[in-house]
Amino acid sequence: MQTDDLIKLMTQDARVRHRFNPVFAVAVIGGLLMSVLLLIGTIGLRPDLAQAIQTPRVAFKIGLMFILAATCTRIALCIGKPGVSLKPALAILAVPVLLLVSGIVLELRSVASGEWAARLIGQNPGFCLLFLPLLSLAPLALMFAALKQAAPGSPSMAGAAAGFASGAIAGSVYALHCPDDSPLFVATWYFIGITLVAFGGWLLGGRMLRW
Amino acid sequence: MGSHQAVPQNLELRIVWCDGAVDTGFEGRMNQSAREVEWGNWLRLAVDGDAVAYDRFLRAVTPYLRSMARKRCNMLGVSAGEAEDVVQEVLLAVHLKRATWDTSRPIGPWLSTIVRNKMIDSFRKRGRHISVPIDDVMETLQAEDRRSGLEPVDLEKMLAGLRDPQREIVRSISVSGDGIRETAERLKMSEGAVRVVLHRALKGLAMLYRSE
Repeated sequence: MQTDDLIKLMTQDARVRHRFNPVFAVAVIGGLLMSVLLLIGTIGLRPDLAQAIQTPRVAFKIGLMFILAATCTRIALCIGKPGVSLKPALAILAVPVLLLVSGIVLELRSVASGEWAARLIGQNPGFCLLFLPLLSLAPLALMFAALKQAAPGSPSMAGAAAGFASGAIAGSVYALHCPDDSPLFVATWYFIGITLVAFGGWLLGGRMLRW
Repeated sequence: MGSHQAVPQNLELRIVWCDGAVDTGFEGRMNQSAREVEWGNWLRLAVDGDAVAYDRFLRAVTPYLRSMARKRCNMLGVSAGEAEDVVQEVLLAVHLKRATWDTSRPIGPWLSTIVRNKMIDSFRKRGRHISVPIDDVMETLQAEDRRSGLEPVDLEKMLAGLRDPQREIVRSISVSGDGIRETAERLKMSEGAVRVVLHRALKGLAMLYRSE
């Protein structure tokens, strides 16, 4: 095929129907909604959510997860767009990290050391490890569908970023159910759950996000 | 070990869009060249559906891509006939990924990153069994629109990889030079349907290049 012929074909397909930013936004919002519906339809919100959210630990847990989800989602968006620097998006990641570190320090100061282990293990860490990845499936699938239209420099890294983002979204949703409120619990089990999803995203990204 | 590495990571594809302004593609620059502004304006119109502006954009970019691809072919010992295939593969990537360009930003960083990534990819695939002496690749490119001396991948061979009606529509637009409307009338399809099929056909062509 002559390059000239190819150009003729492309000019007849000039218009872009769906820009990447709105496509990605729809994917994220859709994934979040599906994840919330899955939570409500299965294990449900915690019954005392309205009061619990006024306690510092629960407010911290839910707030932290939402901030983490927002920052990771922004990274996943930027990683799909050629020529957009990731530095500003990565720099904001310091906010949730510092928040978590301060949460841990405050918790260790306010709780006697004999109780640390019990706080860390909580009531049902296994359930958290099972349910968080489950809640991340819809956001992950939709984010991948959006990223297939993007042009990431490294498909694996884009997959990992989508994994972190959907894991963090799942974490914010699971936090509406989770009865374990200690920052020690969040730092351990949520973190492991989110990392598992990110690892899955990394594996899948290398295969599915090539372009 | 490693002596047969295809295209080393450090092969830097420097993209020179215009008179001496070098864009490494990694970061945006403070100053946009006049050419960049012009290309950006054309592509901005194009994504809103202006076929004439898109034609200008593609025809302006192609000589640069060709010149880059030929340089790399020489350097990597890839047959010069493959340069035009690389050009087409890169053009298709630019086309299929143009929705990721944020039209409020300058076009330079976007275009050079996508071109660089696709070109490295394309040469890595082609240069799998070539050991590569890396010379200085910093020379300034010159935009010379020389016609390709060697025929790129045969049209019929490419078309054979597509299904109907994609094949029919590609043939109609590229070879016969018909527009969307004429093609739609002749094939008794709606214009919208022809557009959808054409878009899929271009995706299909990109897949064919990738799997080659």
